[in-house]
Amino acid sequence: MTTTVEKVDVTVSTPVQPPQIDPAALLPEREPFQVLGTARAGGIDDELLRTLYWDVVRGRRYNLQATALAKQGRLAVYPSTTGQEACEVAAARALSPQDWLFPTYRDTLAAIVRGVDPVEALAVMRGDWHHGYDPYAHRVAPLTTPLATQLPHAVGLARAARLKGEDTVALAMVGDGGTSEGDFYEAVNFAAVLQAPVVFLVQNNRFAISVPLAKQSAALALADKAVGFGLPGRLVDGNDVVAVHQVLAEAVERARHGGGPTLVEAMTYRIDPHTNSDDDSRYRDPSEVERWRGHDPVLVLERSLRDMGVLDDADVEGAARSADDFAADLRERHDHQPSPDPMTLFSHVFANKTPQLSEQEAMVRAELQAQAEEDSQL
Amino acid sequence: MAQVLNAALRDALREDPAVHIMGEDVGTLGGVFRITDGLAAEFGSDRCADTPLAEAGILGTAVGMAMNGLRPVVEMQFDSFAYPAFEQLVSHVARMRNRTKGRIQLPITIRIPYGGGIGAVEHHSDSSEGYYMHTPGLHVVCPATHADAYGLLRASIASDDPVIFLEPKRLYWSKAQWSPQSIPEVDPIGTAAVRRHGTSATLITYGPSLQVCMEAADEAIKEGWQLEVLDLRSLVPFDDETVSAAVRRTGRAVVVHESAGFAGPGAEIAARITERCFHHLEAPILRVAGLDIPYPPPMLESHHLPSVDRILDAVARLQWEPGTSDGESC
Repeated sequence: MTTTVEKVDVTVSTPVQPPQIDPAALLPEREPFQVLGTARAGGIDDELLRTLYWDVVRGRRYNLQATALAKQGRLAVYPSTTGQEACEVAAARALSPQDWLFPTYRDTLAAIVRGVDPVEALAVMRGDWHHGYDPYAHRVAPLTTPLATQLPHAVGLARAARLKGEDTVALAMVGDGGTSEGDFYEAVNFAAVLQAPVVFLVQNNRFAISVPLAKQSAALALADKAVGFGLPGRLVDGNDVVAVHQVLAEAVERARHGGGPTLVEAMTYRIDPHTNSDDDSRYRDPSEVERWRGHDPVLVLERSLRDMGVLDDADVEGAARSADDFAADLRERHDHQPSPDPMTLFSHVFANKTPQLSEQEAMVRAELQAQAEEDSQL
Repeated sequence: MAQVLNAALRDALREDPAVHIMGEDVGTLGGVFRITDGLAAEFGSDRCADTPLAEAGILGTAVGMAMNGLRPVVEMQFDSFAYPAFEQLVSHVARMRNRTKGRIQLPITIRIPYGGGIGAVEHHSDSSEGYYMHTPGLHVVCPATHADAYGLLRASIASDDPVIFLEPKRLYWSKAQWSPQSIPEVDPIGTAAVRRHGTSATLITYGPSLQVCMEAADEAIKEGWQLEVLDLRSLVPFDDETVSAAVRRTGRAVVVHESAGFAGPGAEIAARITERCFHHLEAPILRVAGLDIPYPPPMLESHHLPSVDRILDAVARLQWEPGTSDGESC
């Protein structure tokens, strides 16, 4: 018995050529990249160093002020970045005006360094609205509470920029815990496949609320994950603001010139609890926190810049005074924020209000009028 | 209907350079249902883009594209494949305008091949409109006719609000006596249409169940019933005015849909009618809905989907007079 095998015409489309990259070149160095206290520190523009210093000093003061406001009940909650100011400052300073920053809920400091008014940046913590600033004014996306979900947004914005012929880069921030989320993997994969001009900054502050990194990921380094997606990973000392700035600035320029995305892991430490309402003594030894205080990003920078002769006592005092003024201004204006108008509840749900929403709007308006009449009779 | 949807997408791509289609297999293949057939060839693989297989990534990327001035049209390959994108949908797409006080708008159209009746395997036949309807900030539309497939899709893409566009799968292959020249004026999203006038009772439905209701209305004539048939077309916004007027004309109503009845769209619709038309009602509002079961295997789906007989049984139950035994069992 013979079997006739029909010939099948299989048309295979031209395969996409993968980028010609040596896999070894994608792997990060085993030791976090450092600049301060190394020979690399020479030759950096003094003006940049001073800017970064003023930023971290002001950033520390901002963290202290916002934490105080939270403890006084004037903010509903505040997730501090004390100990992580170097990452926050570097992320904002690595970008050009046409670029976009995609922060998490913890990254108000990065938004502020980018130019966002601190009073507006704290709106979500104060509770007057879910978001307080114009995202287009300084190109800072809304703070995002769900973890890693803003990363695909950064990829999409960067892709759109490229399709429109703009040389915009998106820098997206995420924490160590956020790298366990599906959206992190989808976003990094999309960015790599689309060669979108995106930089991912993982701030590894060692804890996702109470869960330490070892229980979060079995990877040797979070930056190692980049290799599997086909993009370069960089590991950097997250308390060395100059190093983080340098790595991010390089990655941003690479993306801008068609080099594709980069995944940067900054090794840092969250000195404060997850938020002011968290008891960190339940999950970590205070001596560990003390050890990290010795590697404080503000002190590390101040010490190095003094050694380099970039900074003197007068500069340090000047920065401190300026930071105090900044905090006083924040306190003053924070206290004078008007209460939100209840009618705005209906203003922005849709571009075109549904009839159902208009009915509810009328109901609330009537309730407010009745209440006002009642109050006026008292 | 597949060709009509294809024509709507083609016309949208031609008229507005901001329109970008993206999804799994929408490029070279033209989509598993061929809705995007030929569009990548005509407009390029950037404007009709194959993406990695990741729904949250697809929708999340569309959010960023919309933030940067584009109008993404996203295809979710099958109704239940859209669930991984649910967080992006409810946590970002639906809320972004509200969160940013209108500063960021997301004109994203999310096309979802929807519903059963095509003998597909599990996870290819869900009716998921209830999830979307329950999320403030989303429009939810579902065409039942060729003209609406074109008109509603064009209106969805033109809308500055995100729209869930449910495409009844079993109508994909319905032959179109249709050409772009023959379409009537496009109605705005949020208006229902009376497909048939009647006096005995009003059938309220949308999408794939419209055809079943029209057949039921034909059959009902043998019983002496003149049924009115109302096609909602848009679930959000909901056209209370047209629905209420139709129910007041007949005093009796049956809501017909494929998705599970319990806490389903019919419950909301019946409640809205009761609130607005109680004194005009001659009988309780009844629902003919999908069973409260996970979508059944293909060989059993006929027992799940609303049928002409079930609709006629419901209409019969509505013809009761107060005090009769029928009425008490109602």
